[in-house]
Amino acid sequence: MPRPELQAPPEIFYNDSEARKYTTSSRIIEIQARISERALELLNLPNDRVPKLLLDIGCGSGLSGETLSENGHHWIGYDISQSMLDIAVEREVEGDVLLGDMGQGLGLRPGVVDGAISISAVQWLCYADKSSHEPRMRLKAFFGSLYRCLARGARAVLQLYAENMNQSEMIMTYAMRAGFSGGVVVDWPHSSKARKEYLVLTCGPASLQTALPKGKGEDGEMCSDEDDSDDDENQTVGVYERNRPRKKLKVNKKGKSKGKQWVLKKKEQMRRKGNDVPPDSKYTARKRKAYF
Amino acid sequence: MRLLTHNMLSCNIKGVTNGFPLKLEADKWVTKEVDLNADFLRGIFPKIEWSALLAAARVLGFAELPEQADASMLSSDDFLRRFHHALLELHVEEGALVCPETGRKFPINKGIPNMLLHEDEV
Repeated sequence: MPRPELQAPPEIFYNDSEARKYTTSSRIIEIQARISERALELLNLPNDRVPKLLLDIGCGSGLSGETLSENGHHWIGYDISQSMLDIAVEREVEGDVLLGDMGQGLGLRPGVVDGAISISAVQWLCYADKSSHEPRMRLKAFFGSLYRCLARGARAVLQLYAENMNQSEMIMTYAMRAGFSGGVVVDWPHSSKARKEYLVLTCGPASLQTALPKGKGEDGEMCSDEDDSDDDENQTVGVYERNRPRKKLKVNKKGKSKGKQWVLKKKEQMRRKGNDVPPDSKYTARKRKAYF
Repeated sequence: MRLLTHNMLSCNIKGVTNGFPLKLEADKWVTKEVDLNADFLRGIFPKIEWSALLAAARVLGFAELPEQADASMLSSDDFLRRFHHALLELHVEEGALVCPETGRKFPINKGIPNMLLHEDEV
Protein backbone atom coordinates (compact mmCIF):
# COMPACT_ATOMS: atom_id res chain seq x y z
CA MET A 1 0.00 0.00 0.00
CA PRO A 2 1.73 3.22 -1.12
CA ARG A 3 1.74 6.14 1.28
CA PRO A 4 -1.45 8.24 1.38
CA GLU A 5 0.23 11.20 -0.34
CA LEU A 6 0.77 9.08 -3.44
CA GLN A 7 -2.79 7.81 -3.61
CA ALA A 8 -4.90 10.95 -3.82
CA PRO A 9 -5.01 14.59 -2.73
CA PRO A 10 -5.80 14.96 0.98
CA GLU A 11 -9.33 16.28 0.54
CA ILE A 12 -10.14 13.16 -1.49
CA PHE A 13 -8.10 10.64 0.47
CA TYR A 14 -9.70 11.72 3.72
CA ASN A 15 -13.27 11.15 2.60
CA ASP A 16 -16.11 10.29 4.97
CA SER A 17 -15.23 6.65 5.48
CA GLU A 18 -11.48 7.19 5.75
CA ALA A 19 -12.07 10.08 8.11
CA ARG A 20 -14.23 7.94 10.34
CA LYS A 21 -11.75 5.05 10.23
CA TYR A 22 -8.94 7.42 11.13
CA THR A 23 -10.76 8.92 14.04
CA THR A 24 -12.06 5.71 15.56
CA SER A 25 -8.80 3.80 15.40
CA SER A 26 -7.57 3.69 18.98
CA ARG A 27 -4.05 3.13 17.73
CA ILE A 28 -4.12 6.28 15.67
CA ILE A 29 -5.71 8.24 18.48
CA GLU A 30 -2.94 7.19 20.81
CA ILE A 31 -0.15 7.96 18.37
CA GLN A 32 -1.59 11.36 17.48
CA ALA A 33 -1.99 12.24 21.15
CA ARG A 34 1.62 11.35 21.86
CA ILE A 35 2.95 13.25 18.89
CA SER A 36 0.82 16.27 19.80
CA GLU A 37 2.09 16.27 23.38
CA ARG A 38 5.64 16.17 22.12
CA ALA A 39 4.97 18.98 19.63
CA LEU A 40 3.45 21.08 22.38
CA GLU A 41 6.49 20.41 24.54
CA LEU A 42 8.77 21.51 21.72
CA LEU A 43 6.76 24.73 21.35
CA ASN A 44 8.47 25.78 24.57
CA LEU A 45 5.64 28.05 25.65
CA PRO A 46 6.25 30.09 28.79
CA ASN A 47 5.34 28.30 31.98
CA ASP A 48 3.01 31.02 33.22
CA ARG A 49 -0.30 29.09 33.18
CA VAL A 50 -1.78 31.67 30.83
CA PRO A 51 -3.71 30.08 27.96
CA LYS A 52 -2.28 30.89 24.56
CA LEU A 53 -3.77 31.22 21.08
CA LEU A 54 -2.31 28.46 18.92
CA LEU A 55 -2.72 27.13 15.41
CA ASP A 56 -3.24 23.50 14.49
CA ILE A 57 -2.39 23.14 10.83
CA GLY A 58 -3.92 20.06 9.28
CA CYS A 59 -6.07 19.61 12.36
CA GLY A 60 -8.20 16.92 10.75
CA SER A 61 -10.84 15.54 13.09
CA GLY A 62 -9.40 17.36 16.07
CA LEU A 63 -7.26 14.65 17.64
CA SER A 64 -4.25 16.92 18.00
CA GLY A 65 -6.38 19.93 18.91
CA GLU A 66 -7.72 18.03 21.89
CA THR A 67 -4.21 17.90 23.32
CA LEU A 68 -4.03 21.68 23.01
CA SER A 69 -7.40 22.10 24.74
CA GLU A 70 -6.41 19.70 27.49
CA ASN A 71 -3.45 21.94 28.17
CA GLY A 72 -5.76 24.91 28.49
CA HIS A 73 -5.04 26.68 25.21
CA HIS A 74 -7.33 28.20 22.62
CA TRP A 75 -6.67 27.12 19.06
CA ILE A 76 -7.69 27.65 15.46
CA GLY A 77 -7.50 24.60 13.23
CA TYR A 78 -7.04 24.40 9.46
CA ASP A 79 -7.82 21.40 7.30
CA ILE A 80 -8.58 20.78 3.65
CA SER A 81 -10.89 17.81 4.17
CA GLN A 82 -14.54 18.64 4.84
CA SER A 83 -15.11 15.07 6.01
CA MET A 84 -12.44 15.32 8.68
CA LEU A 85 -13.71 18.70 9.87
CA ASP A 86 -17.27 17.40 10.05
CA ILE A 87 -16.08 14.79 12.49
CA ALA A 88 -14.23 17.44 14.49
CA VAL A 89 -17.48 19.37 14.84
CA GLU A 90 -19.34 16.17 15.71
CA ARG A 91 -16.81 15.51 18.46
CA GLU A 92 -17.39 19.06 19.70
CA VAL A 93 -13.78 20.12 19.73
CA GLU A 94 -13.16 23.34 21.60
CA GLY A 95 -11.14 25.06 18.93
CA ASP A 96 -12.55 26.78 15.85
CA VAL A 97 -11.86 24.87 12.67
CA LEU A 98 -11.60 26.33 9.18
CA LEU A 99 -11.84 24.65 5.81
CA GLY A 100 -8.76 25.88 4.04
CA ASP A 101 -5.71 24.99 2.01
CA MET A 102 -2.46 25.83 3.80
CA GLY A 103 -0.73 26.10 0.42
CA GLN A 104 -2.91 29.14 -0.30
CA GLY A 105 -1.68 30.95 2.78
CA LEU A 106 -3.28 31.11 6.19
CA GLY A 107 -4.97 34.50 5.88
CA LEU A 108 -4.30 35.68 9.43
CA ARG A 109 -3.38 39.11 10.74
CA PRO A 110 0.32 39.67 11.51
CA GLY A 111 1.74 38.70 14.89
CA VAL A 112 -1.44 37.37 16.47
CA VAL A 113 -0.59 33.73 17.09
CA ASP A 114 1.49 32.47 20.03
CA GLY A 115 2.52 29.18 18.47
CA ALA A 116 1.65 26.65 15.80
CA ILE A 117 1.73 22.88 15.59
CA SER A 118 1.15 20.59 12.69
CA ILE A 119 0.91 16.84 12.98
CA SER A 120 1.57 14.66 9.96
CA ALA A 121 0.33 17.27 7.49
CA VAL A 122 2.92 19.59 5.93
CA GLN A 123 4.41 16.93 3.66
CA TRP A 124 1.18 17.02 1.63
CA LEU A 125 2.36 20.38 0.24
CA CYS A 126 5.11 18.60 -1.67
CA TYR A 127 2.75 16.74 -3.97
CA ALA A 128 1.29 18.57 -6.95
CA ASP A 129 -2.29 17.45 -7.33
CA LYS A 130 -3.47 19.97 -9.87
CA SER A 131 -1.57 21.37 -12.81
CA SER A 132 -1.86 24.81 -11.25
CA HIS A 133 -0.28 23.56 -8.06
CA GLU A 134 3.38 24.23 -7.93
CA PRO A 135 4.68 22.72 -4.66
CA ARG A 136 7.33 25.42 -4.34
CA MET A 137 4.82 28.22 -4.60
CA ARG A 138 2.60 26.52 -2.09
CA LEU A 139 5.45 26.00 0.35
CA LYS A 140 6.36 29.65 -0.09
CA ALA A 141 2.80 30.83 0.53
CA PHE A 142 2.44 28.57 3.54
CA PHE A 143 5.68 29.45 5.28
CA GLY A 144 5.39 33.14 4.42
CA SER A 145 1.93 33.44 5.91
CA LEU A 146 2.88 31.30 8.90
CA TYR A 147 5.87 33.50 9.66
CA ARG A 148 3.78 36.66 9.43
CA CYS A 149 1.00 35.55 11.72
CA LEU A 150 3.30 34.33 14.50
CA ALA A 151 4.23 36.70 17.30
CA ARG A 152 7.90 37.54 17.68
CA GLY A 153 9.75 34.71 19.38
CA ALA A 154 6.89 32.28 18.81
CA ARG A 155 7.58 28.82 17.49
CA ALA A 156 6.08 26.50 14.95
CA VAL A 157 6.55 22.77 15.44
CA LEU A 158 5.75 20.70 12.39
CA GLN A 159 5.83 16.94 12.69
CA LEU A 160 5.92 15.47 9.24
CA TYR A 161 6.55 12.35 7.23
CA ALA A 162 8.84 13.41 4.42
CA GLU A 163 9.13 10.80 1.69
CA ASN A 164 12.87 11.33 1.29
CA MET A 165 15.75 13.66 2.07
CA ASN A 166 14.99 15.89 -0.91
CA GLN A 167 11.56 16.62 0.45
CA SER A 168 12.90 17.37 3.93
CA GLU A 169 15.42 19.75 2.46
CA MET A 170 12.91 21.47 0.21
CA ILE A 171 10.58 22.05 3.14
CA MET A 172 13.42 23.34 5.28
CA THR A 173 14.66 25.65 2.52
CA TYR A 174 11.31 27.37 2.19
CA ALA A 175 10.98 27.69 5.94
CA MET A 176 14.36 29.40 6.13
CA ARG A 177 13.54 31.68 3.20
CA ALA A 178 10.43 32.84 4.96
CA GLY A 179 12.60 34.06 7.82
CA PHE A 180 12.46 31.17 10.28
CA SER A 181 15.46 29.89 12.15
CA GLY A 182 15.54 26.43 13.64
CA GLY A 183 16.26 22.83 12.91
CA VAL A 184 15.03 19.29 13.06
CA VAL A 185 14.55 17.24 16.19
CA VAL A 186 14.42 13.51 15.52
CA ASP A 187 12.94 11.17 18.10
CA TRP A 188 14.01 7.51 17.95
CA PRO A 189 16.22 8.00 14.90
CA HIS A 190 17.28 4.36 14.85
CA SER A 191 13.84 2.81 14.79
CA SER A 192 12.14 2.86 11.42
CA LYS A 193 8.78 2.32 13.11
CA ALA A 194 8.99 4.82 15.91
CA ARG A 195 11.10 7.51 14.27
CA LYS A 196 9.46 10.95 14.22
CA GLU A 197 10.81 14.16 12.77
CA TYR A 198 9.82 17.56 14.14
CA LEU A 199 10.69 20.70 12.29
CA VAL A 200 11.11 23.26 15.09
CA LEU A 201 11.01 26.80 13.72
CA THR A 202 11.33 30.10 15.54
CA CYS A 203 10.35 33.56 14.41
CA GLY A 204 13.27 35.88 14.71
CA PRO A 205 17.01 35.35 14.70
CA ALA A 206 18.74 32.34 16.16
CA SER A 207 19.54 32.79 19.83
CA LEU A 208 19.64 30.83 23.05
CA GLN A 209 15.86 30.67 22.88
CA THR A 210 16.01 28.74 19.64
CA ALA A 211 18.39 26.07 20.91
CA LEU A 212 16.91 22.69 20.10
CA PRO A 213 16.50 19.91 22.65
CA LYS A 214 17.94 16.47 21.91
CA GLY A 215 15.70 14.03 20.14
CA LYS A 216 14.48 11.06 22.13
CA GLY A 217 16.38 7.84 21.79
CA GLU A 218 19.71 9.47 21.03
CA ASP A 219 21.20 8.27 24.30
CA GLY A 220 20.52 4.68 23.51
CA GLU A 221 17.14 4.71 25.27
CA MET A 222 14.85 1.99 24.04
CA CYS A 223 11.48 3.00 22.78
CA SER A 224 8.44 0.78 22.95
CA ASP A 225 8.00 -0.32 19.40
CA GLU A 226 4.28 -0.73 19.29
CA ASP A 227 3.45 2.16 17.05
CA ASP A 228 3.57 1.33 13.41
CA SER A 229 4.33 4.20 11.11
CA ASP A 230 4.69 3.42 7.45
CA ASP A 231 7.79 5.47 6.82
CA ASP A 232 10.94 3.58 6.11
CA GLU A 233 13.15 6.26 4.71
CA ASN A 234 16.80 6.90 5.50
CA GLN A 235 18.12 7.24 8.99
CA THR A 236 20.20 10.38 8.76
CA VAL A 237 19.56 13.32 11.00
CA GLY A 238 19.64 16.76 9.43
CA VAL A 239 20.29 19.86 11.43
CA TYR A 240 19.82 23.10 9.58
CA GLU A 241 20.71 26.20 11.46
CA ARG A 242 19.92 29.44 9.73
CA ASN A 243 23.32 30.71 10.73
CA ARG A 244 25.51 27.75 10.03
CA PRO A 245 28.57 27.66 12.29
CA ARG A 246 31.32 28.71 9.97
CA LYS A 247 34.85 27.42 10.09
CA LYS A 248 36.83 29.65 12.38
CA LEU A 249 38.47 32.33 10.28
CA LYS A 250 41.65 34.04 11.30
CA VAL A 251 40.56 37.53 12.26
CA ASN A 252 42.72 39.51 9.81
CA LYS A 253 44.47 38.25 6.73
CA LYS A 254 47.90 39.39 7.76
CA GLY A 255 47.78 41.75 10.72
CA LYS A 256 46.77 39.69 13.75
CA SER A 257 47.83 36.31 12.47
CA LYS A 258 51.43 37.28 11.91
CA GLY A 259 51.69 38.88 15.32
CA LYS A 260 54.08 38.28 18.16
CA GLN A 261 52.28 35.16 19.38
CA TRP A 262 52.58 33.54 16.02
CA VAL A 263 56.26 34.34 15.70
CA LEU A 264 57.01 32.98 19.16
CA LYS A 265 55.07 29.83 18.40
CA LYS A 266 56.95 29.30 15.15
CA LYS A 267 60.27 29.82 16.85
CA GLU A 268 59.38 27.22 19.45
CA GLN A 269 58.38 24.78 16.74
CA MET A 270 61.73 25.27 14.99
CA ARG A 271 63.58 24.74 18.22
CA ARG A 272 61.79 21.47 18.77
CA LYS A 273 62.81 20.42 15.32
CA GLY A 274 66.36 21.05 16.25
CA ASN A 275 67.01 24.18 14.25
CA ASP A 276 69.27 26.94 15.32
CA VAL A 277 66.95 29.69 16.54
CA PRO A 278 68.01 32.99 18.11
CA PRO A 279 66.86 33.31 21.71
CA ASP A 280 63.65 35.27 22.39
CA SER A 281 64.05 38.74 23.74
CA LYS A 282 62.10 41.90 24.12
CA TYR A 283 62.96 42.70 20.53
CA THR A 284 61.34 39.55 19.13
CA ALA A 285 58.51 40.33 16.70
CA ARG A 286 58.58 43.99 17.70
CA LYS A 287 56.90 46.30 15.23
CA ARG A 288 59.54 47.83 12.94
CA LYS A 289 59.45 51.10 11.09
CA ALA A 290 57.97 50.73 7.64
CA TYR A 291 61.13 51.26 5.61
CA PHE A 292 63.11 48.60 7.54
CA MET B 1 -16.78 30.02 14.69
CA ARG B 2 -16.19 32.41 17.57
CA LEU B 3 -15.47 36.11 17.27
CA LEU B 4 -11.94 35.47 18.51
CA THR B 5 -11.24 33.67 15.25
CA HIS B 6 -13.15 36.23 13.20
CA ASN B 7 -10.93 38.92 14.66
CA MET B 8 -7.81 37.21 13.35
CA LEU B 9 -8.96 36.38 9.82
CA SER B 10 -8.08 38.48 6.84
CA CYS B 11 -8.97 38.02 3.19
CA ASN B 12 -6.24 36.18 1.35
CA ILE B 13 -7.23 36.81 -2.25
CA LYS B 14 -4.44 37.81 -4.60
CA GLY B 15 -4.22 41.55 -5.05
CA VAL B 16 -6.34 42.48 -2.05
CA THR B 17 -4.53 45.05 0.05
CA ASN B 18 -7.00 45.53 2.85
CA GLY B 19 -8.79 42.31 3.57
CA PHE B 20 -9.51 43.02 7.21
CA PRO B 21 -11.95 42.91 8.81
CA LEU B 22 -14.16 40.45 7.00
CA LYS B 23 -17.74 41.57 7.30
CA LEU B 24 -19.82 39.10 9.28
CA GLU B 25 -23.20 37.90 8.05
CA ALA B 26 -24.94 35.55 10.44
CA ASP B 27 -28.10 33.55 9.83
CA LYS B 28 -27.76 31.29 12.81
CA TRP B 29 -25.72 31.61 15.96
CA VAL B 30 -25.69 30.13 19.46
CA THR B 31 -24.26 30.92 22.85
CA LYS B 32 -22.03 28.34 24.50
CA GLU B 33 -20.91 29.05 28.02
CA VAL B 34 -17.20 28.91 28.67
CA ASP B 35 -15.25 29.55 31.86
CA LEU B 36 -13.81 33.02 32.05
CA ASN B 37 -10.04 33.25 32.30
CA ALA B 38 -8.94 36.77 33.10
CA ASP B 39 -5.29 36.04 32.35
CA PHE B 40 -6.13 34.90 28.86
CA LEU B 41 -8.31 37.95 28.24
CA ARG B 42 -5.63 40.32 29.45
CA GLY B 43 -3.07 38.56 27.29
CA ILE B 44 -5.13 38.58 24.11
CA PHE B 45 -6.52 42.09 24.50
CA PRO B 46 -3.56 43.90 22.85
CA LYS B 47 -3.98 41.72 19.78
CA ILE B 48 -7.68 42.35 19.33
CA GLU B 49 -8.89 44.87 16.77
CA TRP B 50 -11.59 46.42 18.88
CA SER B 51 -13.74 48.01 16.19
CA ALA B 52 -13.94 44.72 14.31
CA LEU B 53 -15.02 42.90 17.47
CA LEU B 54 -17.55 45.61 18.25
CA ALA B 55 -19.12 45.42 14.78
CA ALA B 56 -19.22 41.63 14.71
CA ALA B 57 -20.79 41.43 18.17
CA ARG B 58 -23.47 43.89 17.07
CA VAL B 59 -24.31 41.66 14.10
CA LEU B 60 -24.97 38.92 16.64
CA GLY B 61 -27.18 41.17 18.67
CA PHE B 62 -24.71 41.89 21.45
CA ALA B 63 -24.42 45.63 21.93
CA GLU B 64 -22.92 45.77 25.38
CA LEU B 65 -19.32 46.38 24.41
CA PRO B 66 -17.99 49.93 24.88
CA GLU B 67 -17.26 51.94 21.73
CA GLN B 68 -13.63 52.29 22.66
CA ALA B 69 -11.58 50.08 24.91
CA ASP B 70 -8.18 50.42 26.49
CA ALA B 71 -6.10 48.30 28.78
CA SER B 72 -7.22 50.10 31.93
CA MET B 73 -10.68 48.60 31.53
CA LEU B 74 -9.25 45.13 32.01
CA SER B 75 -9.29 45.58 35.76
CA SER B 76 -13.07 45.86 35.70
CA ASP B 77 -14.86 42.53 36.17
CA ASP B 78 -17.87 43.84 34.35
CA PHE B 79 -15.85 44.73 31.28
CA LEU B 80 -14.07 41.36 31.38
CA ARG B 81 -17.38 39.53 31.42
CA ARG B 82 -18.67 41.39 28.39
CA PHE B 83 -15.37 41.01 26.56
CA HIS B 84 -15.33 37.30 27.39
CA HIS B 85 -18.87 36.80 26.21
CA ALA B 86 -18.36 38.51 22.89
CA LEU B 87 -15.01 36.91 22.19
CA LEU B 88 -15.55 33.31 23.25
CA GLU B 89 -19.19 32.50 23.92
CA LEU B 90 -20.92 33.55 20.70
CA HIS B 91 -20.68 30.89 17.99
CA VAL B 92 -21.72 31.55 14.42
CA GLU B 93 -23.20 28.37 12.96
CA GLU B 94 -24.49 29.53 9.57
CA GLY B 95 -23.62 32.68 7.70
CA ALA B 96 -20.78 34.16 5.71
CA LEU B 97 -17.63 36.24 5.89
CA VAL B 98 -17.42 38.95 3.23
CA CYS B 99 -14.22 40.42 1.88
CA PRO B 100 -14.37 44.21 2.37
CA GLU B 101 -12.55 44.87 -0.87
CA THR B 102 -13.93 42.37 -3.38
CA GLY B 103 -17.25 41.44 -1.83
CA ARG B 104 -16.39 37.75 -2.18
CA LYS B 105 -18.32 35.61 0.29
CA PHE B 106 -16.78 32.83 2.33
CA PRO B 107 -19.69 30.71 3.55
CA ILE B 108 -19.95 29.38 7.10
CA ASN B 109 -21.68 26.01 7.49
CA LYS B 110 -22.04 24.05 10.72
CA GLY B 111 -19.72 26.58 12.29
CA ILE B 112 -16.96 25.93 9.76
CA PRO B 113 -15.96 28.86 7.53
CA ASN B 114 -14.92 27.77 4.04
CA MET B 115 -11.82 29.82 3.28
CA LEU B 116 -10.77 27.87 0.19
CA LEU B 117 -9.75 30.19 -2.63
CA HIS B 118 -10.60 29.51 -6.26
CA GLU B 119 -7.75 28.91 -8.71
CA ASP B 120 -7.82 32.47 -10.01
CA GLU B 121 -7.74 34.03 -6.55
CA VAL B 122 -4.41 32.57 -5.50
